[in-house]
Amino acid sequence: MSSIGIVSPQTMAFAEPLPLQSGASLRDYMLMYETYGTLNADKSNAVLICHALNASHHVAGWYADDPKNVGWWDNMVGPNKPVDTNKFFVIGINNLGSCFGSTGPMHTNPATGKPYGAMFPVVTVEDWVAAQARLADRLGISQFAAVMGGSLGGMQALAWSIMYPDRLRHCVVIASTPKLSAQNIAFNDVARQAILSDPDYHGGDFYEHGVVPKNGLKVARMVGHITYLSDDDMAEKFGRKLRSMAEKGGAETAGYKFGFGIDFEIESYLRYQGDKFATYFDANTYLLITKALDYFDPARLHDGDLTRTLAKTTAKFFLASFTTDWRFSPERSREIVQALLANRREVTYAEIDAPHGHDAFLLEDPRYLSMVRAYFEQIRGQIANQPKGGTA
Amino acid sequence: MTFDDLKTTRPDLAFIAHWIRPGTHVLDVGCGDGFMMDYLQTDKGCTGYGLELADDKVLESTQRGVRVVQQDFEKGGLALFGDNSFDTVLCLSALQMMQHVEALLRDIVRVGNEAIVSFPNFAYWPHRVALLKGRMPVSKTLPYQWYDTPNVRCATIEDFRALAAEVGVEVLEYVALAEGRIVDFLPNLRGELAVFRLRKRGGEVRP
Repeated sequence: MSSIGIVSPQTMAFAEPLPLQSGASLRDYMLMYETYGTLNADKSNAVLICHALNASHHVAGWYADDPKNVGWWDNMVGPNKPVDTNKFFVIGINNLGSCFGSTGPMHTNPATGKPYGAMFPVVTVEDWVAAQARLADRLGISQFAAVMGGSLGGMQALAWSIMYPDRLRHCVVIASTPKLSAQNIAFNDVARQAILSDPDYHGGDFYEHGVVPKNGLKVARMVGHITYLSDDDMAEKFGRKLRSMAEKGGAETAGYKFGFGIDFEIESYLRYQGDKFATYFDANTYLLITKALDYFDPARLHDGDLTRTLAKTTAKFFLASFTTDWRFSPERSREIVQALLANRREVTYAEIDAPHGHDAFLLEDPRYLSMVRAYFEQIRGQIANQPKGGTA
Repeated sequence: MTFDDLKTTRPDLAFIAHWIRPGTHVLDVGCGDGFMMDYLQTDKGCTGYGLELADDKVLESTQRGVRVVQQDFEKGGLALFGDNSFDTVLCLSALQMMQHVEALLRDIVRVGNEAIVSFPNFAYWPHRVALLKGRMPVSKTLPYQWYDTPNVRCATIEDFRALAAEVGVEVLEYVALAEGRIVDFLPNLRGELAVFRLRKRGGEVRP
């Protein structure tokens, strides 16, 4: 199976201010996006992919000048892949507040001429969706064949189905949730506190000081990473293996170091992942995105009644969850399924018995990928059967 | 799929399909590859879902265009559905594989205004002959050896009637089928598949 190959990102600038849920608004902002495949004549084959916490518009393929930078869902999106770019026109879009190109805290605040830093307004899932809808308007896409996302991306897809029911025919929500649990919020706050208490954070204006709160970001990533994996997966990959065993080629003299450095392989792995993350991710972006996760709760406007909240949806739904995902467990997906069933929506729900925890949504699991493939085949069949020029 | 297609491939399902009114909302518990839901959707204009646990069957159902919910109904999978949320709940040749038949039966009539349940009739005469010869029956409806069978709850037509009465389920109709045809004479002896149309006692009567 081939990848989409070399791709290049595009930007779209917006002058009209975007009103945000917080009451603030953003003006002169830019959105970064990538497209794969070809938009058909009646514009009925567009699929929007919403990204998760540390991802971006770069969903598939790679860049000519950076061939190692492969898109985060390259196993899902591409020619002959489950979301087949020979048939669908796929758009990857980067959200506001991100550090991957769309307007974010490190960009210049037109009001001050300095980087936004801490001044960048708090954005929500709904704000992102509103911005995405404007991009769709400009591309002339009045209705997506599907809006799709995993985790935080799944929240955006769900928000699309509520905010713009007529603008998507299918809503694909993978390893997601209708709202975070107290435990989820707690983990996010530990991550934020790590960043906020880093002396190099400088109240969010660290750009001016020429530093980055690396240690805070590292710890934040370490906490996050633990929650993406399952206990079994970690046990199998790392167990209680000692780093010194690897260093000494498995020599028997290897043992505990009786200090606070690295003893165990899992420590080495997490610190390495944390360090790597701190070199490319922005601390303010991490704060913003985790808050967007925490705030997402569309049923809040309906006294917590998700059934009533989803009554306004008209899309058909595909949901998938993974049995070992304890961050966004199958119970959370089932809440959405239950509310959709109560509204008699067309729902397909796969609960996949995969060992990899939350991260499973990004990995190769033949059962998961063939379900998505089968579902998108159905979507494609519906496009083929549409009368010419129709969008229904 | 046309009725003729259904009748040729699955005469038992073709018979059961007569009991399902066009355009109604149906749940198929243990929908397998989605064959029945596919027929009901395409030919009878029914809506609804299949409920299935096995990965490969969930995939096949999806490939057929059947909306399927992957849940273990032994572990409360029917809890996803509200009371009386379906016109008809089907449970076709799946009941005998369940551990908790009684709980499932209660749940089926809770979520459906009506239910259609089918299972292999253990009292079918070739089964009795096998037992008389001292061996567990192996037949077209019970095609497994005793040590590898997924069928853990074998019942006769009379057994099921007794259970239905005990859990407060009203039997609206029942038939015994052999080769997809109704057996009127000595059904508990000559029928290989038992099919019951059920309703919760005191349940709503819809036209």
